[in-house]
Amino acid sequence: MPTPVLMPALSPTMEEGTLTKWHVKKGDAVNSGDVIAEIETDKATMEVEAADEGTVGKILVDEGTEGVAVNKPIAVLLQEGESDDDLEGYDPSKDSPLTSGNTAAGSKEDGSEESGKAEKKEEGGSKPSPAKSESESKSAPKEQASGKEPAQKQPDPGGKAPPAPTDESGERIFASPLARRIASQKGVDLKGLKGTGPHGRIVRADVEGAKPGAAAPRGAGQAPAPAQSIDARAFYEEGSYEEVPLDSMRKTIARRLTQSMQEIPHFYLTVDCRLDELLRVRKELNDELADSGVKLSVNDFLIRAAALALKKVPEANVSYAGDALLRHKHSDIGIAVALEGGLITPILRAAEGKGLAQIATEAKELASRARDKKLKPSEFEGGSFSISNLGMFGIKHFTAVINPPQAAILAVGAGEERTVVVDGKIEVATVMTVTMSCDHRAIDGALGARFLDAFKGFVEFPARMLL
Amino acid sequence: MSEKNYDLVILGSGPGGYVAAVRAAQLGMKTAIVERDKLGGICLNWGCIPTKALLRSAEVYDLIERAQEFGLKVEKPTYDAAAVVKRSRDVSERLSRGVGFLMKKNKIDVIEGTGALAGEGKIAVDGKDGKQTLTAKNIILATGARARTLPGLEPDGKLVWTYREAMVPEAMPKSLLVIGSGAIGIEFASFYRAFGCEVTVVEVMDRILPVEDEEISKMAARAFKKRGMKIMTGAKVEKLDKQKDSVKATIANAQGKSETIEVERVISAVGIDGNVEDIGLEEAGIKVEKGHVVVDEWLRTGVKGVYAIGDLVGAPWLAHKAMHEGVIAVEHMAGVKGLHPLDTKKVPGCTYSAPQIASVGLTEAQATEQGHKVKVGRFPFTGNGKAIALGEDQGLIKTIFDEKTGELLGAHMIGAEVTELIQGYTVAKNLETTEAELMHTIFPHPTLSEMMHESVLDAYQKALHI
Repeated sequence: MPTPVLMPALSPTMEEGTLTKWHVKKGDAVNSGDVIAEIETDKATMEVEAADEGTVGKILVDEGTEGVAVNKPIAVLLQEGESDDDLEGYDPSKDSPLTSGNTAAGSKEDGSEESGKAEKKEEGGSKPSPAKSESESKSAPKEQASGKEPAQKQPDPGGKAPPAPTDESGERIFASPLARRIASQKGVDLKGLKGTGPHGRIVRADVEGAKPGAAAPRGAGQAPAPAQSIDARAFYEEGSYEEVPLDSMRKTIARRLTQSMQEIPHFYLTVDCRLDELLRVRKELNDELADSGVKLSVNDFLIRAAALALKKVPEANVSYAGDALLRHKHSDIGIAVALEGGLITPILRAAEGKGLAQIATEAKELASRARDKKLKPSEFEGGSFSISNLGMFGIKHFTAVINPPQAAILAVGAGEERTVVVDGKIEVATVMTVTMSCDHRAIDGALGARFLDAFKGFVEFPARMLL
Repeated sequence: MSEKNYDLVILGSGPGGYVAAVRAAQLGMKTAIVERDKLGGICLNWGCIPTKALLRSAEVYDLIERAQEFGLKVEKPTYDAAAVVKRSRDVSERLSRGVGFLMKKNKIDVIEGTGALAGEGKIAVDGKDGKQTLTAKNIILATGARARTLPGLEPDGKLVWTYREAMVPEAMPKSLLVIGSGAIGIEFASFYRAFGCEVTVVEVMDRILPVEDEEISKMAARAFKKRGMKIMTGAKVEKLDKQKDSVKATIANAQGKSETIEVERVISAVGIDGNVEDIGLEEAGIKVEKGHVVVDEWLRTGVKGVYAIGDLVGAPWLAHKAMHEGVIAVEHMAGVKGLHPLDTKKVPGCTYSAPQIASVGLTEAQATEQGHKVKVGRFPFTGNGKAIALGEDQGLIKTIFDEKTGELLGAHMIGAEVTELIQGYTVAKNLETTEAELMHTIFPHPTLSEMMHESVLDAYQKALHI
């Protein structure tokens, strides 16, 4: 029987992606493990490997198609001895996809335990919802994933409708069970919908009228559909501008950061740090490392300083989870990397346990893969703290938008020579201004100040980082 | 000629009309209802209600005949046809009076007479109080329908009956031909068969109760045959030769061969036609197609301020559909928010024969035709404790789900009391439940309703008692 190739889920929160490229065409023979296609999500491009061997019988989704839902058949593989005739009347969406658990071929160089775990979870998430075999369907439908699982699993068609959703404030969204199930199958976020049923209940017709993909991916960073803002086009004469459609990264940035500013009560703490000692140490170490090819940047020091400061002030290493604070055990530091047409924040995991050389190597490698869009979702999702450094552009001071589900971000300005007053005397020192944006739901002012004090201590006296 | 002003005038006091009137009064409209015959229309007086009374007599009779089965000693029962009919008429009378009370209670003017549209916002009534014109901001046409007649098979009220004569027989005929196997034909066939009449049902389609699920149709045919009914499907009555006190019917059977049977009486139950005549539709410019008034989703006729509801606007020809449309029309004209048009897929249908048949939503064939991949559950009465205790172990509850979404597409039942059960699935459909919520629902034990649970479970291979 022909085997469908399904759109894989690259991460637990992925609902859809863009099929950017086919590496095979109809009639090509493929072996298990061959790269057959490339898929782009809002943040990463991934390769899809064949899980089975066979001949490509049919390409169902063309290159460049956006918004391909996870688990949608994208191609059909013919097994040995099968021909086009076997495709007659064959509906891949109705076939049992048990044999086609495609997994995304991730980049191979990943090694950390954390992302290893995340990958496992991903596989679980990408398992196509079983259109059951006879024997399987006889058993009770699988219970819905426990609360810890990403909420965005494709629903088991034989299982329960997804649980009643809630909005940001935890208020229940009233929707009929059928509406909930169809919404989750279509990838429609109920939050963005207006219900036409009794008392505003969302009914099937409301979901069917909604556009799929309008949905924000669920999961850790559950986001509401951005409030429909005013259409800027209304203010400009047609032809006076060029319209550049949003790519998925731009959409994600817009959605997540709008959500962040709307939901998170931001406040800002600014402090100046003298860099003279850090610059001196850096020079020394770089001289030392000259032969190894590793070069420490100021930012690498700041990553280590932030990681250690989080360890020293663990109350600041938190995420707000609605009914709890998650106190993180590691300092997972996000590093904002500017990309063509956007930015991404790859995460340097457990940075508190890593030396400067390792941080430098990893940060460089993450940034480089980020620019190539080769990051795996597990490498940019989560994290506990971020650093955004615009110093290299001469920015003196700025504030950054918190990257949920994190609770703080540090905006780093340029190190520059300034006059400072020390013990009543004017001196010239290299100083940088940093501003921490804090989620007030999780971090209060005094706590933020303690963290910054610790951070400043590590930056101004880098030898402390050895302790 | 007097003139009275109303917010709403309703033509016809059947279930559509009088319910609309009550709802309008609730919303503060000054309302009048025009009726040429008895309050309650066909449903109360010549339809749903009196037939239920007749069928109840048949049911009780049938049970008494089975008394021994239940360990009871009863002499062989006999019946008094006139008393059976009288009880049925009394029931109708009581309910018609009840409608009168409702009108009074809600301060609705009941105007006896025949009404017709008479220009914009006007209804002319010709009644026992003479002629009068009512003016109204809005008008609802709810004139209902009547039995359809086929050429050559016209009822004469003596030998060839419509539902109307069939409901008030002077005596039980010894033999009967029922033309048409919809709910009306089957209910009469069932009634007369219960009292020992030799009943032949002729249906032009290839199965009886053609709107029902095929599987249910088949089971119904088997059950009726078992009760001694003769059923001819794919057959057509070609000719009725009236004798002095009987009719010779020539029937082309499924094989195309003619056969002649002689019966005492014939009931023609071949559908209904809307009462579209003489109510001023043409003059008003209201569109009529295939004997029914054409309306939009809000029951508007296209002529300002004129709505039409119920049998007049077409299938399904059911009182509860007319009532619901009456409410929709009134609430629409009152600007009530959050209205939804009627969805025929959510209108249940019931046939009160023995056994009863009830359904809501799509049949299995319709569901498949519409491209659904379905999961079908079946649960037989033989697996239900209450059914066995009742001595009613024949029947089936069938459920049809969309495999992908778990939507309950349709439910189909045959057996004792299923007309009282179907509303459970109707509520489920209306609330848009999926199989999961139905599975989670606790059904009381021991009841027939447990079969509704089991049927859902069976669709997912989880039935417990089979």
